[in-house]
Amino acid sequence: MGFAAAVPFTVVVVSAMAVLLVDLWLPPSQKRVLPWLALAGVLLAAVSVVSLWNDEASGFGGVVSLDRFSSFFDMVFLLGTGLVILLSSTYARREGIERGEYYALMLFGTSGAMLMASAVELITFFLGLEILSISLYVLNGFFRERPLSAEAAAKYFVLGAFASAFFLYGVALFYGAAGSTTYAGLRDTFGSAAFPYYRGLVALAASAFVLIGLAFKLGAVPFHMWVPDAYEGAPTTVTAYMSVVSKAAAAAAFIRVFGASLASLQRDTSVVLWVLAVATMTLGNVVAISQSNIKRMLAYSSIAHAGYLLVALTAAGEAGYSSVLFYLLSYVFMTAGAFGVVSLVRKGDGEALDISQYSGLAGRHGLLAAAMAVFMVSLSGIPPTAGFFAKFYVFSAAVRAGHIGLAVIGVLNSLVSVYFYMRIVFLMYMREEEVPVQPSRSRAGWVALAICVLGTVLLGILPSSFARLAAASIASIF
Amino acid sequence: MNGFPLISLVTFLPLAGALVIAFMDSSRLRAIRSVALATAVADFLLSVPLLTRFVSSTAGMQFVEKVPWVGAIGASYHVGIDGISLFLVLLTTFLTVLSIAASWYSVASRVKGFMMAMLFLETGMIGVFVSLDLLLFYMFWEAMLIPMYLIIGMWGGPRRVYAAVKFIIYTLAGSLLMLVGILVLYFMHHTATGEYTFDLLRLYGTSIPRGAELWLFLAFFLSFAIKVPMFPFHTWLPDAHVEAPTAGSVLLAGVLLKMGTYGVLRFCFPLFPAASVSAAPVVSVLAVVGIIYGALVAFAQKDVKRLVAYSSVSHLGLVMLGLFAFNAQGVEGGVLQMVNHGISTGALFLIVGMLYERRHSRMMDDFGGLWKTMPVFAALFLVVTLSSIALPGLNGFAGEFLVLVGAFLKSVPFAALAALGMILSAVYMLWMFQQVMFVEPKQKGAPVLPDVSAREKWILIPIVVLVFWIGVWPGFFLSRMHASVDAVLERLGSAEVARDAGESAFAPASSPDTTLPVSPGAAVHSASVTVIPNAGE
Repeated sequence: MGFAAAVPFTVVVVSAMAVLLVDLWLPPSQKRVLPWLALAGVLLAAVSVVSLWNDEASGFGGVVSLDRFSSFFDMVFLLGTGLVILLSSTYARREGIERGEYYALMLFGTSGAMLMASAVELITFFLGLEILSISLYVLNGFFRERPLSAEAAAKYFVLGAFASAFFLYGVALFYGAAGSTTYAGLRDTFGSAAFPYYRGLVALAASAFVLIGLAFKLGAVPFHMWVPDAYEGAPTTVTAYMSVVSKAAAAAAFIRVFGASLASLQRDTSVVLWVLAVATMTLGNVVAISQSNIKRMLAYSSIAHAGYLLVALTAAGEAGYSSVLFYLLSYVFMTAGAFGVVSLVRKGDGEALDISQYSGLAGRHGLLAAAMAVFMVSLSGIPPTAGFFAKFYVFSAAVRAGHIGLAVIGVLNSLVSVYFYMRIVFLMYMREEEVPVQPSRSRAGWVALAICVLGTVLLGILPSSFARLAAASIASIF
Repeated sequence: MNGFPLISLVTFLPLAGALVIAFMDSSRLRAIRSVALATAVADFLLSVPLLTRFVSSTAGMQFVEKVPWVGAIGASYHVGIDGISLFLVLLTTFLTVLSIAASWYSVASRVKGFMMAMLFLETGMIGVFVSLDLLLFYMFWEAMLIPMYLIIGMWGGPRRVYAAVKFIIYTLAGSLLMLVGILVLYFMHHTATGEYTFDLLRLYGTSIPRGAELWLFLAFFLSFAIKVPMFPFHTWLPDAHVEAPTAGSVLLAGVLLKMGTYGVLRFCFPLFPAASVSAAPVVSVLAVVGIIYGALVAFAQKDVKRLVAYSSVSHLGLVMLGLFAFNAQGVEGGVLQMVNHGISTGALFLIVGMLYERRHSRMMDDFGGLWKTMPVFAALFLVVTLSSIALPGLNGFAGEFLVLVGAFLKSVPFAALAALGMILSAVYMLWMFQQVMFVEPKQKGAPVLPDVSAREKWILIPIVVLVFWIGVWPGFFLSRMHASVDAVLERLGSAEVARDAGESAFAPASSPDTTLPVSPGAAVHSASVTVIPNAGE
């Protein structure tokens, strides 16, 4: 029967539908109930994931798998969604986008991501991919009256449609070569000794197409063009959500497909991944330096972090993949936190999105500045924060796999990133306040920030239990 | 040894103090300053038993504490001190007390943040000196950067932001490469022995193929050379020193610079002895260049703080020369000189700070004739200056003389040039003293500057005491270093013997020796083994 495999996914979908239904009957003044309803759904799903942690099951005829890998990713998605919902409870209201659709779409997107992580078959994966993508396209354009938002959504949609088409073509080629779209089928075909040469060519072509689709979602160069515009145009909380969830979902797919199933093609894919990793890290870090809009800067930094993930994916092996998981967990805390601060900082009636508006923040809003400083330090990879250990594990895996040059490039890129992250810290602490900034008073937002700070610092001082968790999750699919 | 975690207490007490201050109201300046000072004094007093209970006869680590930390990768919380780090820890706690006392009135805005940063910095500094686990060491090394960056950038002079950014990027460049070096060493050790560990004592003696050893040495050495700072990586220092507030400069010069030389002694020499030996000629040349260049540029300065900053380049060049002499005199002299430099240059910065508080200028032209109006100050200043010059009877002489003997035993020309540096240091220091104290002031009718207050006296007097103590009885300090220094030299000795026998660290590594394949193909094979063993800790 295999319903166990679908329980978390179902809980999230049901909560999304509940939000939509409740929204129909709610008078406009009562909309503030919605985020809490959504959060309740997320918490319920989280409880179900935890209770099913050690179970392994296969669902719906073998297209979905419940294992520790999918449970880990479900937790990552739910954590990210929960934090974003907490932040959205004030932000959405202030920006006038507090609607049932907002929360419902977010929950649907999460369910799509969860499907992507648990899918063990390409079409099911595609289903999840599309659920997530379509939710994100709409969420991206949620500021309906603003042309910037509409443009961002349109850009994302068109490019995303192309990427999905590439992906589907890859799936078709895989089917043609292997006769099956399940990951197990792919592994059996391409891993077997009786693997004819022509099938190998098709496998490589198919991998390339699938890689394009996944790299797009990850935000890797040269498929990254949508990232700055989409991140800038979307509501800040949606940007946080996109940054965390879509990256994690793409990474999960990478590991399942390229790591577990297509391991025999690694010699070739790792060369390509190497190039992608270097290009992504470098472009992300270098271009971020010149940004003056904080969301754009964080968007390019997000591209850079996709690059570090690609380094770990290039390293492959259980070490490389466990470091990807640990990286994603720390990434949730750091990024949701950073975007959370951005969503709270306001000037007058609108958002304060220019970097210079962060000047002197520490003077009057010490705690907020301190939280931002923690996230900036963590994103740069300076101990004792989560970001340090995340990068440490990644570079460690790279060195271990023999890619010392890649580790050196990664490390130098971290150095470059220090400049633009520390620039925020420097502005907050070492410059005088230029524009009076009034952060929103949002208790839920503060709770979210506190959780993020706690997570960032905890993972930086005591990473071992989480690292072990990541390793166990990887072990369950290899 | 005994179970009481003295070192952890000494390391983390300042952090606890910082957290206490975090919850205090920022307007209670006196309370904040008092708590900070009390924490620093308590930390110093707690570190004294490290000295009194230190056993000089053994080279092993003492007061060791080892607790698994990230067991899966073999990183543990492993701390301990030996004859080399003992005095550096004491120097740190001592100078922090003085720095906080010196900032009593000079830091008047955002005092809470300043004191917190100072205490965080102290924890980081002590942590660096006591760590015996490479990952732990790296964490403390990096963790120090942010408080120092904030101290320079928020409470410093006019060009503070430029100096702070330069400081952080320069230092990080070196340390990030060191991280790659640490990782490579970690995996090499695993290949050789099958165990995953960052523990320094277990990594000593890892057999490393010759070519790789040189690269690893460079990765570590670059980071330390930037910190020392050795020529030509010294350009961050004058800006950082000049722009930092007094307390920042004292700790920067007094402690942070020593981390570079300490790192060479603790990591480069024992881990990569053959590479250290082969690199010695180049490093010695750079050291001597630093000595002479630093001295000459110091002489050309008009800003007292800049002058002292360049003098640090010069003095620490001498320390590096001593270390790379590979004999007991050179190394012990180097370690002693590390302590001496910390004391005398720290004191010089304190004195400059006192002058600045009075006239808000550090230009020598703005002072003059203070000998008459500030006699007590002048006396204390004179003692510190003479200590920096290495007048016999004072601390500097003991250290520098040993270094020169050691350098002389290794190579006469280098020693001769280094001695020239000593002469030059006398030139610029005495010239500075003359300009500030004796020469008639350019502007007549400038207000008479008050002599040292009680607080300032109590800051300088312990320094003077130490200056004479080390100068007259250096044996007290040297005797405690003997065993540890001998242990380091032993490791180097066998490498020197091999070098003299004709082998060279530059010989190309024969391929079977290279343990880290770079081709992606080989990566497939090595990638299939788990890094994180499933059998718990």
